[in-house]
Amino acid sequence: MAEHERDTRLDGNAAAGLLSTVFRCEPSEVMLICAGCGADGPMGALLAYGMEMGAVLRCPVCDTAVLRAGSAGAMLWLDVRGAVSMRVTIEH
Amino acid sequence: MAGTAVPGRLAWQLASVAAKRQETPRVISLRLESDAWAGHLPGQHVDVRLTAEDGYQAQRSYSISSAPEPGVLELTVEDIPDGEVSPYLTEVLQPADRLELRGPIGGYFTWTAADGGPLLLVAGGSGVAPLMSMLRERAAAGSDVPTTLLYSSRSWDEIIYREELERLAADPTLRIVHTLTRSHPADWAGYTRRIDAAMLAEVAGALLPGSLAYVCGPTRLVEQVATDLVTRGYPPAAIKTERFGPTGG
Repeated sequence: MAEHERDTRLDGNAAAGLLSTVFRCEPSEVMLICAGCGADGPMGALLAYGMEMGAVLRCPVCDTAVLRAGSAGAMLWLDVRGAVSMRVTIEH
Repeated sequence: MAGTAVPGRLAWQLASVAAKRQETPRVISLRLESDAWAGHLPGQHVDVRLTAEDGYQAQRSYSISSAPEPGVLELTVEDIPDGEVSPYLTEVLQPADRLELRGPIGGYFTWTAADGGPLLLVAGGSGVAPLMSMLRERAAAGSDVPTTLLYSSRSWDEIIYREELERLAADPTLRIVHTLTRSHPADWAGYTRRIDAAMLAEVAGALLPGSLAYVCGPTRLVEQVATDLVTRGYPPAAIKTERFGPTGG
């Protein structure tokens, strides 16, 4: 990994505002299972890269791109092929 | 459904600047008021959006530094030279001006008095902002959770909230330890180096059941400290991190 990338990465938490466009619940609390290694954890604990035009959220264990989000004009695009599943707690 | 507000989703809202306070030569706090603001959890942040006359928009995230309060929030902003957003917030924005924000955001890096501890807070520079929200909440709630703040600043003059932290430290269950990494007063008896494993060992003490750690600051500091805490036996799930990144502004 380039040194620049290591110095500029943030937490998945940083992308929660962007992702709140999609998720009805708090995005940083969405639990994801990484398709690369099976690691299970909240979106807020992923590593976030390149927050300017969108975000790539990578697994802190194996570096798989679990979730990618891009925004252009009125469109938000989400690529979630790096996640086996997502689960949320439903409040009654 | 266009234009319909969906509960649970965050809408952009306008807040007005009630006050602006110079914290250090490069850092200010903004007190913002918005009727639509329902309060927050300590540790959460907001996205701030600025729109130029030609429609160009720039957006940044800022931690909330105040204790939770409906209708009111405070942001602490460091002036990043050549930044797109922070120079406007620190130099141009004045009381009564309005600002577009979205939040509160984040359910991961949060602490309330009910979460207990012992609590270890580690901050680098303006990374102290969300931790200050936790300390203010802790004081407001009358919590006696044993708490330590280890706070790295470049110099004495760059310690954000210095006087308020001195007042808070009158609480015998709160310990505040500073390290000054670039320059320090002649009579300074505290740490004068970057936070390292040896310093954490001295400051954090023995790991107790229920221990929680929150680390916020530049990415390198956060990752170094998180790694050292895992080595000290902290369960990874008990360590919450918030990386600020070196740029942005």
